[in-house]
Amino acid sequence: MTAFWVLAPIMVIAALGILFVRKAVHAALLLAVVMISLAVLYAALDAPFLFAVQIIVYTGAILMLFLFVLMLVGVDASDSVVETIRGQRVMAVVAGLLLGLVLVTGVGQISLGAGVGLADANSGGNIQALATILFSRYVFAFETTSALLITAAVGAMVLAHRERLVPKPTQASLAAQRLRDYQDKGTHPGPLPPPGVFARHNAVDTPALLPDGTASEASVSRVLAARGTVRSAPALADDIEELQRQIGDAPHAGRTGSASAEEENL
Amino acid sequence: MHALHEVVHAPVVDPSSASGVFTLLWLVIALPLAGAAVLLLGGRFTDRWGHLLGTALPIGSFVLSLWMFIDVLGRDSADRQVSQHLYTWIQVGHLDVGMDLLYDPLSSLFLLLITGVGSLIHVYSIGYMEHDPRRRRFFGYLNLFVAAMLLLVLSENYLGLFLGWEGVGLASYLLIGFWQYKPSAAAAAKKAFVINRVGDIGMSLAIMLFFVTFGSTSFTVISASADRASTGTLTALGLLLLLGACGKSAQVPLQAWLLDAMEGPTPVSALIHAATMVTAGVYLVVRSSFVFDLAPNAQTAVVVVAVVTLLWGAIIGCAKDDIKKVLAGSTMSQIGYMMLGAGLGPAGYAFAIFHLLVHGFFKANMFLGAGSVMHGMDDDVDMRHYGALRKAMPVTFLTFSMGYLAIIGFPGFSGFWSKDKIIETALADNWLVGLCAIVGAGVTGFYMTRLMLLTFFTDKRWEKGVHPHESPKIMTIPLIVLAALSALGGVMLIGNWIVDYLAPVVGTPPHENAPLPAIVVTLIAVLVVAAGVTLAWFLVGKRDVPRTAPQQVSPVVLAARNDLYGDAINDTLVVNPGRRVVGGLLTFDRYGVDGTLTGGPVAIGAVAGQLRRVQNGFVRSYALSLLGGVLLVVLALLAVNLA
Amino acid sequence: MSVTPYIVLSSILFTIGCVGVLTRRNAIVVFMCVELMLNASNLALVAFARQHGNLDGQIAAFFVMVVAAAEVVVGLAIIMTIFRTRRSASVDDASLLKY
Repeated sequence: MTAFWVLAPIMVIAALGILFVRKAVHAALLLAVVMISLAVLYAALDAPFLFAVQIIVYTGAILMLFLFVLMLVGVDASDSVVETIRGQRVMAVVAGLLLGLVLVTGVGQISLGAGVGLADANSGGNIQALATILFSRYVFAFETTSALLITAAVGAMVLAHRERLVPKPTQASLAAQRLRDYQDKGTHPGPLPPPGVFARHNAVDTPALLPDGTASEASVSRVLAARGTVRSAPALADDIEELQRQIGDAPHAGRTGSASAEEENL
Repeated sequence: MHALHEVVHAPVVDPSSASGVFTLLWLVIALPLAGAAVLLLGGRFTDRWGHLLGTALPIGSFVLSLWMFIDVLGRDSADRQVSQHLYTWIQVGHLDVGMDLLYDPLSSLFLLLITGVGSLIHVYSIGYMEHDPRRRRFFGYLNLFVAAMLLLVLSENYLGLFLGWEGVGLASYLLIGFWQYKPSAAAAAKKAFVINRVGDIGMSLAIMLFFVTFGSTSFTVISASADRASTGTLTALGLLLLLGACGKSAQVPLQAWLLDAMEGPTPVSALIHAATMVTAGVYLVVRSSFVFDLAPNAQTAVVVVAVVTLLWGAIIGCAKDDIKKVLAGSTMSQIGYMMLGAGLGPAGYAFAIFHLLVHGFFKANMFLGAGSVMHGMDDDVDMRHYGALRKAMPVTFLTFSMGYLAIIGFPGFSGFWSKDKIIETALADNWLVGLCAIVGAGVTGFYMTRLMLLTFFTDKRWEKGVHPHESPKIMTIPLIVLAALSALGGVMLIGNWIVDYLAPVVGTPPHENAPLPAIVVTLIAVLVVAAGVTLAWFLVGKRDVPRTAPQQVSPVVLAARNDLYGDAINDTLVVNPGRRVVGGLLTFDRYGVDGTLTGGPVAIGAVAGQLRRVQNGFVRSYALSLLGGVLLVVLALLAVNLA
Repeated sequence: MSVTPYIVLSSILFTIGCVGVLTRRNAIVVFMCVELMLNASNLALVAFARQHGNLDGQIAAFFVMVVAAAEVVVGLAIIMTIFRTRRSASVDDASLLKY
């Protein structure tokens, strides 16, 4: 029972965490905690096969599938914990507490007594015993699950499959399209400019500078621009000026960042 | 007042089987009916020759009628009723109605009038409707009209008569509304149809009562057993028949449709007013003499209706400026005279028919004459725009004059003889009725003189660009024929011929002990008419006639111009209460009946409309209700287990 | 050894999963909460297996895992499809099927 009393509070706290964390990734990790703890409890309950399956199938496969989909879907407004349906949260909490209360008191009312234990059943090995039951009494249900799994796999493929409505563009047609765009809208036909490469800065969040000293917006990813994590070009010179100020020789002290940065590039 | 009727019993209808020319009796009806079928079903393929066929067939009927008439004249007076059984029409339980035709002196005269005057009107219509694109259809309707009227007068039972009766109603509806693109014509047709239906209710109720009382609708059966029915039943029958006659013959209180019926083409007016439709009521009363003779109260009702109508129509005729409406008012008035004659019992039946015949001549003559005038005046009907047309239209003027002299009862002309006889009979029956008839004659003299003066004399008041001209020969020849008949129609009274001829059908008039000698009555009537004519001469002929009707007039004139408020009376007594009742029923139906039936669904719908808000589309809300349900189930389980 | 504490823990985890399904809006997190509920019931099954001394409960837990795997595959595919067309993984945004 030691394992139980150690793990039970951890599981409850982790489960409650799933309710309150904002980010879905954190929820997935907390769920992993609950599941691994569960696996340990299975082991404590004389179910070594389920222990392994819980780890491998649940934590290993299913939860990873969750994380995989999370990466695909990304972050959006649904992560917000602000309630939109009036009264939903209050009612949910009240109903949930009531359910918990009823279940716990209901279970508490029953005295189960000391259990039979699985020493007899597992005498020939847990896995062998399970296999004996599974392939005799539950063989029909077992075979049905195979149909279920195949159906699920096919269903997932059908759902994920996207019909191609237009022919796949070839390189020639893409080039032609680029030139058409240039003709119609003046879009630059060549590749986008790479990020800026400076003496001290060389990363995708660093914009390249145009000849007039302004930053080129096309040189950094739009996602970074939307997040507001793009470095501002004038700030790139800040540390140089800081050094010069420390040296005491400040020939360009009066000049503004933009111009000094330009000079630095040259 | 009916003491003189008591000794008289209406003769029994007892026809012999048809033989000789009378085996062709069905053909009289079939010819115009075939014409209507060909013209109406043949469509535009018959456009080129349809009017000729439509004219030839009624003429064929006329020739047949004339042949039969001559044949019947040669027979003994007791042997003049002939019937022809065509086929069994309806046979249900005790109801056994045959399609039987009855030819007797009464229907023989009607046959001649309908086919004769009808044919002349057809001939006239060839010219009158020449430029109408739907002339072929017009002739089809005319033939249908004639066929229905012939069936009406030839049928041997009330059900067959009713068939013709309804056919006449249908044809009149089609013809009055012939220029259906005019809203007024469509409304007039509908009005005529609806008011006729009111009369038809009386007619159909009478037929049902005949069947209940006598077990048959045949004239032969009913006339033989009429005296077995109670007086109350006979009075009810008489009043119901009178209601039917009022509707068809435009008698008060069902007179309102007649003036509006002038919206139809003029030949239609002539046909309705002279030869067919409106005479049907008189025919019905005379044909049902075996009922009326035994129901004095019903006869009194007929007389009252007749007197009111003859004065009513005459007063309306005095104030109208529309030439056709003046003639329509005069028709109403003259039909009143006929009904008066018919209401006086065996003493008056023959004179009613006599007046009906001569009226058919002179009224057809005058209507066709009015059509000729309108033809020359670019379809203008306002007499205030006429004047001095006697030079421009000599033939029309002369023929119209014959009709005029006939209708006012100028001594020697046909109307003189017929009207005089009715007045004499009325005076012998009741002095008040006779007085009213004489006054009506005077008023007739006034308004007809006014019409003559406004149209053919006085100054020219023509619209600009109107060049009156005489109508073509095809229109004037029927006028001439009818004018001759108008003038000479009185020959039928020579030696009391018509009375004797009709005696097998309507009975022999009793010898009256008249309060005044006949010559004195005649003199008084002529003097009253002369007074009316003179009054018209001084009021109209001696003065300048304004081109628009004066607005500052006495209430009497105003009332007469508005048809003595016939429409207003109908509206107040029938139409508006009917509308209110229907409106009330509609409200009751909508909120009472429908409300009860739909209230439940509506309530459920309202509740559902609110409940559906639960379906807000949010999965989490649904999950919450799911959890609520689970809670309930678990609690219930616990409660059951712990209890 | 009594299994009552296991059952109580199972009830608590199940309730937490329930509330999570009702309150979280990210479809993937909702799914995780469903998994939590399934796991809680698995725990109860395994505990009862031990209590009664036969392995049927463990077999049942095994089948629950299989079904959960199938469900997750299809469910995540559905979430992907919805996200692809609506650019949103919020369960509240897919609320057109209503009154």
